[in-house]
Amino acid sequence: MQLDAKIPSGPLSDKWDKHRFELKLVNPANKRKYNIIVVGTGLAGGSAAASLAELGYYVKNFCVQDSPRRAHSIAAQGGINAAKNYQNDGDSIWRLFYDTIKGGDFRAREANVHRLAQVSNHIIDHCVAQGIPFAREYGGLLSNRSFGGAQVSRTFYARGQTGQQLLLGAYSALMRQVAAGLVTLFPRREMLDLVVINGQARGIVVRNMITGEIESHAADAVVMCTGGYANVFYLSTNAMASNVSATFRAYKKGAFFANPCYTQIHPTCIPVHGTYQSKLTLMSESLRNDGRVWVPKTPGDKRPPNQIPESERDYYLENKYPSFGNLVPRDVASRNAKAQCDLGKGVGETGFAVYLDFKDAIKRDGKDVIAQKYGNLFQMYEKITASNPYEAPMMIYPASHYVMGGLWVDYNLMSNLPGLFVMGEANFSDHGANRLGASALMQGLADGYFVIPYTIGGYLVGMDRPEVTTDHPAFKDAVHYVTERINKLLSINGKRTVDDIHRQLGHILWEYCGMSRSEEGLLKARKLIQELRGEFWENALVPGSSEDFNQSLERAGRVADFLEFAELLVIDAFERKESCGAHFNDAYQTEENEAKRDDENFCHVAAWEYKGDDTAPELHKEPLVFENVELTQRSYK
Amino acid sequence: MTKNIDITLKIWRQKNADVKGGFETYHASNISIDMSFLEMIDVVNEQLTLDGKDPIAFDHDCREGICGMCGAVVNGRAHGPEKGTTLCQLHMRHFSSGDTIVIEPWRAKAFPIIKDLAVDRSAFDQIIVAGGYISVNTGGAPDANAIPISQEIAEKAMDAAACIGCGACVASCPNASAMLFTGAKISQFALLPQGRPEAALRALAMVRKMDELCFGNCGNERECEVECPKEISISNIARMNREFFKAGLGSAVM
Ligand SMILES: Cc1cc2nc3c(=O)[nH]c(=O)nc-3n(C[C@H](O)[C@H](O)[C@H](O)COP(=O)(O)OP(=O)(O)OC[C@H]3O[C@@H](n4cnc5c(N)ncnc54)[C@H](O)[C@@H]3O)c2cc1C
Ligand code: SF4
Ligand code: FES
Repeated sequence: MQLDAKIPSGPLSDKWDKHRFELKLVNPANKRKYNIIVVGTGLAGGSAAASLAELGYYVKNFCVQDSPRRAHSIAAQGGINAAKNYQNDGDSIWRLFYDTIKGGDFRAREANVHRLAQVSNHIIDHCVAQGIPFAREYGGLLSNRSFGGAQVSRTFYARGQTGQQLLLGAYSALMRQVAAGLVTLFPRREMLDLVVINGQARGIVVRNMITGEIESHAADAVVMCTGGYANVFYLSTNAMASNVSATFRAYKKGAFFANPCYTQIHPTCIPVHGTYQSKLTLMSESLRNDGRVWVPKTPGDKRPPNQIPESERDYYLENKYPSFGNLVPRDVASRNAKAQCDLGKGVGETGFAVYLDFKDAIKRDGKDVIAQKYGNLFQMYEKITASNPYEAPMMIYPASHYVMGGLWVDYNLMSNLPGLFVMGEANFSDHGANRLGASALMQGLADGYFVIPYTIGGYLVGMDRPEVTTDHPAFKDAVHYVTERINKLLSINGKRTVDDIHRQLGHILWEYCGMSRSEEGLLKARKLIQELRGEFWENALVPGSSEDFNQSLERAGRVADFLEFAELLVIDAFERKESCGAHFNDAYQTEENEAKRDDENFCHVAAWEYKGDDTAPELHKEPLVFENVELTQRSYK
Repeated sequence: MTKNIDITLKIWRQKNADVKGGFETYHASNISIDMSFLEMIDVVNEQLTLDGKDPIAFDHDCREGICGMCGAVVNGRAHGPEKGTTLCQLHMRHFSSGDTIVIEPWRAKAFPIIKDLAVDRSAFDQIIVAGGYISVNTGGAPDANAIPISQEIAEKAMDAAACIGCGACVASCPNASAMLFTGAKISQFALLPQGRPEAALRALAMVRKMDELCFGNCGNERECEVECPKEISISNIARMNREFFKAGLGSAVM
């Protein structure tokens, strides 16, 4: 099957305008007749549900938390990019486009990324109009900061709580539509299956997490914005409930999963300190604006940082990458931290940490300025580690953080299943093999506020659909399948807790499919995952019943899906016999240890089709065509 | 350096909203002081699971102090003893070996218990539905720098906007009032020029909704401000009252 990305023809910068003009419009009076399901209330889902309702569509909006305001987007700290060029420092839509394409190591679609850069400015305008209190200069204009992978200052922020403020903006807009009667909220619902009728996505089956009831919902289109799967690594910076289940179920119903092996390891997280640890905390990348990364020059130097003289410190990023210094992209920063620790130069109790030092910044700007920029991050760091970053350098280490992979979508953000749209971190579309900082918030809001409101209309009037209600046999089948699976989970009655098994899965992936990969390691990982999955279904212990508020059952369902999905991730990593962005295979590197792409053979999106539990998935390739940028070896020297 | 402690826990267990609950006692030994409070409960839950017992239900998600999902009353204090800290960011180094720790859910008429420590806070969403927004549709906004806003005002609005909707203010108020939560949202918008046009209507609608939902009145006890993990200032309540009062005077909008 040839995947058609439906990229409009014509010059890059005209594509979106032309496409919007060509898309059919829905008669305003008819919009109310259309039911749309939006799964997820993060930046992508919240903004989509609000904007679609503003247009007059009738929207049902689902999330697993108790309120839409708690979607994981809330945790984003650093900021959101836009090509406003308010700083007059040479930014432009084209530069944001180019930086994103290059940052993604030339593995994203030009047309999508360009559209993202184009709408980025509208996002900031809209968010300000919503009352989001972005940081400002004394004169009252908006303030910007820099982020990794860019040499211009284009990141807008609200202290260290940008995600929170943007999400609360979308949430407010959403609640306004609830008041208008156009959005119905379904919190504490977990999507457990997608319902496909005549090849079209027509609804979902969810579990009411309070009563355990399995509910069916039908619609004209399903928009999935269920976030990323970084928790497949067990420890990650994601929220505890972040999962792959929703997208994986859609995959099993025929939606293609694209580039699952593109997983991002973030360089600046608080290091792991014990087996009981349940998650890792990110220290925003914005800290690299002012913090300097270093390790002792001599391996095994265990002196406290303040006793190590300047001459015995290795500011390895600044030395190796003079033009970007501490602001190299995430994949580069992470790999270099690991390399230093592998050389025995890691610091802290475990040796798996490097310093991020603010001494010089405090000396230069004063403590107050630094506190204003990063105060809440410093406070958070101190709460967790009991060490004061104003006095001693922070210790940081890479952690699983974000996934570029996700369900395959075309230019309209529709998957290969008609009527199934996928947005935000849940799709694969804009970040190629590596995402630049402050670009996920931008993408989620671009998708929800400015793309889906147009493209969904084109689908709704462009394709015939039979009348469907939840009495359709496809709904009954899905409910049956979901119920059986829950019963099966509850009846394993083994001896290991689900968390314990999940932790082991995390170790396998981190070891063999983390910051660097090898064919041998990946083969081993695949076998270990299969064994662990076998053990799960024989020896997991899931307490309680299904008709109850049962958090163990929720976790068990998610881990069961992670155990299947992990294998797909490893298969994809194995098949991509090159290094690109965050996917680093030891066998493919330049002399300077940078990721070495193979554009001749791997300049494509790898989209996987489910073929059955016991059959290997089938690979479909969408070739990536670059008409506007030249593919180069990324260099941040 | 890591250190371990042994503690006794008295935890509120309640199967659901319709049955009576009560305290159960658990012993947790070898708890690393570097653990967060929720990781400590995880450890207890792992053991309960292995022992064939029902683990303790509690809400949580980000575990970074930002989503507002977690929360419980610990030794009589919402989110525990540390100032400006959510339960997920509270660490066991603030407790000592031999301590007995009492853990209860938020208690307020407007927040019915779902199970154990998990409560239903959807009343907060309803307050926002009543008017916690600026009425702008996607698409028509002017350039973001069109209206300069002084840094001082932006910072004040941000202080108010930092509320995470956790409900600790309600849980710690003797009257179970939601004034701090509501006042913070009303203030954020009332401070900003974008929010001024609707300021009066908004205050009126949100305050009325709050009353309707069985939240109590503010008795000026200031417990909310003390326990708020985001240190939202009680001055936001005064600002809300001013807006509400102004709205009441302009009877045209009533
Ligand atoms: C700690 C941290 C900091 C970050 N900082 C930044 C930053 O500074 N800048 C930046 O650009 N990006 C940042 N990111 C990345 C960015 O926050 C996310 O990629 C983005 O917010 C994802 O938004 P989303 O709408 O796609 O998904 P989410 O916000 O994750 O929302 C997912 C939604 O789907 C729902 N859901 C999930 N599964 C199901 C299911 N099975 N059934 C029903 N509902 C379901 C959830 O309830 C939720 O409502 C950060 C990420 C982390 C982890
Ligand atoms: S005002 Fe404070 S205590 Fe109340 S909900 Fe907001 S953050 Fe929680
Ligand atoms: S779990 Fe998110 S605030 Fe505590």
